[in-house]
This record gives sequence, C-alpha cells and structure tokens, in this order.
Amino acid sequence: MSFLSLVLVNLGRNKRRTLLTFLSITVALFLYCALGGVLDTLDESIKVGSETRLVTRNAISLIFPMPIAYRERIARVPGVRSVTVSNWFGGQDPADPRNFFAQFAVDAETYFPMYRSDIEIVEASPPQVAVAIPEGMDSRLAAFMSEQTACVIGAQLMKRMGWTLGQTITLNGTIYPGDWPFTIRAVYRAKVKSFPEDAMYFHWKYLDQKGMAGRSLVGAFMLSPSDPGRASEIQSRVDAMFENSAAATRTETERAFQAGFVSMYGNLPFVLRVIGLAVVFAILLVAANTMVMAIRERTGEIGVLKTLGFEDGMIFRLVLAEAAVISLGGGVTGALLAKLALEGGGFSITNFLPPMSVYWSTVLAGIAIALLLGAVSGLVPAWQASRLRIVDALRRVD
Amino acid sequence: MASVEVRNVRKIYQREAERLVVLDGISLEVATGDFVALMGPSGSGKTTLLNLIAGIDQPSSGDVVVGGTEIGRLGGRALAKWRARHIGFIFQLYNLIPVLSALQNVELPLLLLRMSAKERRRRAESALQLVGLGDRLKHLPRQLSGGQEQRVAIARALVSDPEVLVADEPTGDLDRASAEEILRLLERLNQEFKKTVVMVTHDPHAAERAHRILHLDKGVLSN
Ligand SMILES: Nc1ncnc2c1ncn2[C@@H]1O[C@H](COP(=O)(O)OP(=O)(O)O)[C@@H](O)[C@H]1O
Ligand SMILES: [Mg+2]
Repeated sequence: MSFLSLVLVNLGRNKRRTLLTFLSITVALFLYCALGGVLDTLDESIKVGSETRLVTRNAISLIFPMPIAYRERIARVPGVRSVTVSNWFGGQDPADPRNFFAQFAVDAETYFPMYRSDIEIVEASPPQVAVAIPEGMDSRLAAFMSEQTACVIGAQLMKRMGWTLGQTITLNGTIYPGDWPFTIRAVYRAKVKSFPEDAMYFHWKYLDQKGMAGRSLVGAFMLSPSDPGRASEIQSRVDAMFENSAAATRTETERAFQAGFVSMYGNLPFVLRVIGLAVVFAILLVAANTMVMAIRERTGEIGVLKTLGFEDGMIFRLVLAEAAVISLGGGVTGALLAKLALEGGGFSITNFLPPMSVYWSTVLAGIAIALLLGAVSGLVPAWQASRLRIVDALRRVD
Repeated sequence: MASVEVRNVRKIYQREAERLVVLDGISLEVATGDFVALMGPSGSGKTTLLNLIAGIDQPSSGDVVVGGTEIGRLGGRALAKWRARHIGFIFQLYNLIPVLSALQNVELPLLLLRMSAKERRRRAESALQLVGLGDRLKHLPRQLSGGQEQRVAIARALVSDPEVLVADEPTGDLDRASAEEILRLLERLNQEFKKTVVMVTHDPHAAERAHRILHLDKGVLSN
C-alpha cells in the first residue's frame, strides 16, 4: 500500500458519486475545448494564404470591383513576380438554395500556378484536344483549360453534393443573374488545412463574357512577390499607384485579408470564451460541494488517521490529491475527446470556415484548467480536514 | 523509570459561559512495563485523560511526560511524528478504515515511517500473525467479527513497535468470549513484549487483569 493507493481506495468508496463527478468534469472540459476549438478554427481560417502573398481589393469595400486593367500595372511594380485574379460569384444550386458553397471566378492560367503548393488535382477528365499548359500548372487540368464552362471542385464539396466528374451542374446567379451551366472537369484536394476544400473555381473569362457583358471587372488581385521581404514595399507602391484612380485600392497580406472576414464574427469569440469559463465554474461549484460532502462523511476516519500520526499537511495533501485525480482524469478525458471527436470527425462549423481544429494548446489549457479546478474544489475540504482537531473528530464516531 | 508521568494536570472545557472542569489536578505515574486499568463512571474524564497521555489532546495546565518526552512542548507536526513512533491507540469501536483490508489497515501507520513497501508488508503480516489473524489478511473489516476487528486494531497499534499502548474500553463492545481473547492478548503484549499498557474499562472483570487499578471520579483520582 502507498499514499497513492490510499487516494484511489478513497475514490472507490462511493463509485457512483465519483463517476458522476468525473463525468460532469469530462463534459465541462469537452465543452470548454469544443468552444475553444471554434476559436481555433476561426484562427485557422485567418491563416489561409501565406504572410507573403498579397491581396489587392477596392479600398472602399470588398463588394466594389476594380478594372482588370489594373492587373497589367500591378504586374509592372518592381518585386511583383505574378498577379492573378479572383472574383466572388455568389451562385446557388436552384434545387437546394440553402446549401451554400463558395464559387470563385479565377484567371486559371495564373491562379493555379500561384496556388500549386496549396492544392493538388486528384481527379480530372482526359483532354479532348491538345492544349498548351502554362508553366507551373498541373497538366491534368488540360481538359479544364480547353473548355470555357469547365470548373474545378473541391473533393469535400463533391462528396457533399454527390456530384461526379464530367457532370454538368447549373447554378443560379444572384449577383450575375441567369442560369449558369458548368461542367466538372477536375477535383482538387487541399494540401494545407487552411485552404477550403468545399469551393468551386471556374474561368473568369466565362464570367466576364456572360455575366458582365465584357466590362471586365474583378473583385481581387492576388500578388506573389519575388522576395517575401519586399511585401510591405509592394503593398504601399500598389496602393499609391491607384490613390487617385476611380477605384482606389487597398493591398494587404492574404492573412490580413482573411482576418477581415473573421472580424465579421464580432463579439462571438468573446462570448464563446465566457460561456466556456462559466460552464467550468459551474462544475467547479458542484465538484467542490461533492468533495466537501465526501470528506465530511469521513470525519471520524480522519481523526483516526491523525491519531495514528498522520500530520495535518498529509491529510491536506491526501484530500487534495483525491480531488485532483478526479478532475485531472475527467479533464484529460474531456479535452482529448474534444480533440479526437471534433477534429477526427472532419466536422465543419460553416462552409466559410476550414474543418474544425482543436489545437493542442487548447487541449493543454483545458487540462490545466481541470487541474486548477481540482485544486480549488479540493482546497476547502482539504483545509477543513487538516484543521480538524482529533478529539472533535473522534467524538463524532463514538 | 516511569514510562508515563502525569503531573498536576487540569483539563477545562470552556463552552460559552459554562466552564467544565473535566480533570482537576491529576497526578499519576505508570512504570515501564506496567499494566494499569483506569475505571470510573461515565463522563468522569477517563477518555480525556487517556487522550492526554496519547498526545492527541493537550492539558489546560500541568505536564504529561511519556517515555521521557514532555509532550506539551511538542508542536502539532512533531507531536504527530511522536505519536506514530511511541503510541499505539486502541479504540472501543475498533475504528478500522472500512475500505481497507486487514493487512492495509495494519500497514497504515507504517506509511509514516521510512520503510520499503516490502518491509511494510512483512511487518504488517507478522503483526497480524501475532494477533492470530494470519489467515485473514485480505478480509475487509465488515467481513470480520467484532473480536477479530479489535484484534486487527491491536495489530495496527503495535505494528510500529511503540512503547506505550493505550486502550479506551477495548472490550466495551464485545461478547464475553471475544473480550477474554482481547484481554489475553493485551496481557501477552505486556508480559512478552514489555509494552506499557494503560486501559480504560467499565468492566471490573477486565480491570482485574491489570497490575494496578486507578479510579477516576469527578476529575479526581483515587486508588
Ligand atoms: N471536546 C469536548 N468539549 C466539551 N466537553 C467535552 C469534550 N470532551 C469531553 N467533554 C466532556 O468532558 C467530560 C468527560 O468526558 P470523557 O473524558 O469522554 O468521559 P469518560 O470517557 O470518562 O466517559 C464529559 O462531561 C464530556 O461531556
Ligand atoms: Mg470515554
């Protein structure tokens, strides 16, 4: 026998009570880590794109476009290696308009080479005619490149919609009205977790001709600097260049650009944190009360232990260890469960966000909170037990 | 040399306006190896006196010296350490830990001494053999009879080899036969192992086994 086995034996006295306390702490820490995971996921979403890639958009608002002609001028700014174009489409599946997913009209020739390290093509239709593939582009995109209405779809979206390669889908344009047929010519998988795998990419030329009558406007330019160190210099040069144009620009890193989206969530992160802590606090009160009750029932035994020569400090540690074992056990279980279930399940909060993340730092914070919870819930009964005078404790049994 | 010396001890309980003098200037000496029975009516202060000798309570005034140590001078931690080494306490209601086996109950005081787990186990086993329960190591207290429980409690009291055993009505809750076994055991510990025994009892039959009987009445001793 040892001190530890004494602690464990004490936990086994009232198995139902121990189990219920354990489970309530498990649930609390699961919830805490799940809410933390939502924050981690938001955090993950602003890590889309590197710190070096830049995005240029209309200075007034994202919803105002810029002329495609800007592209040539941006490309001439010293230090800019390549520029590509992306435009939000905002179409709906007429059969299921609430089933939202993102669609982007991109200049394929430059877009896919720029993002080649973020995605990989996993499935593609064979080309019908021979086409020249731009340098840096996956040759499997040949069929997509040779067809005006072709599109590339993320693997997750394919699965969700039950689509197959080669299928023609028709979307309803909300910003650019009309029926828009697209033929699925390739499927991609995201190589980095932060790149959305449930989006659709198609030719910007198609959008320009059918949707804008050749007015040639774009929502955003993506810039790849030749040297990461020059990003901020490029940023200010580009914006200075268009300062007095009809559409002034704002250039920022891709990450900052995404962070702008996340700020749409306003106070949500704060609210989630408060809820998480409130749940933990509520469980703390329950656990502390349970511990006080459990120890009070053993008053006589504590008197006996002290008679045998157990010092007050030992009694204190014995009770504290008991609370800590329950809390730590429940906390580790709940936190790991949140990590495994939410992250492993590929669960998605919304289509805007990457799949659920629960960072290890969140899991560790959860475990630390559980340990703190154990310490605090055990503190009062441990203090009471250690202060108990032997004669008073023994008189309660006789 | 005296094993236990009580010098002019008073114990007063102050409860609000009420002042209760439980022990009123008690002095006594118990020689090493002696076996003393302490008798007296209920509420006369027997348990209180025993608690003072065992160092689980402190006198209001006067000195208690056990094995040459003046225990009034020891602080809480030192006193606890001292109890672990020098005193074996036997309760009327055995006071075993219900969730621990007989062996674990006996091992409990050894957790406080520097000793390997193996040595603890060996010592606890031989203590249980000494009280005749070598075949009940794994039994929980509720699987034992009252007499057996008290024998486990005695094994627990003597396992750390203290010089003094104090017993507060150790046979008070037992039938004749079991009580007889317990008394024989205490006698043996006194004679064979030279333990000094101070035993509180109501039972004149039990008191006869002692070398000496002290009577306590209204906080005062008489022989
Ligand atoms: N902790 C205490 N607080 C107040 N009174 C006490 C306390 N302990 C004992 N007493 C009182 O002291 C008297 C003697 O008690 P005790 O020593 O237990 O008697 P005995 O063991 O001889 O029956 C009793 O009147 C009892 O009520
Ligand atoms: Mg008594």
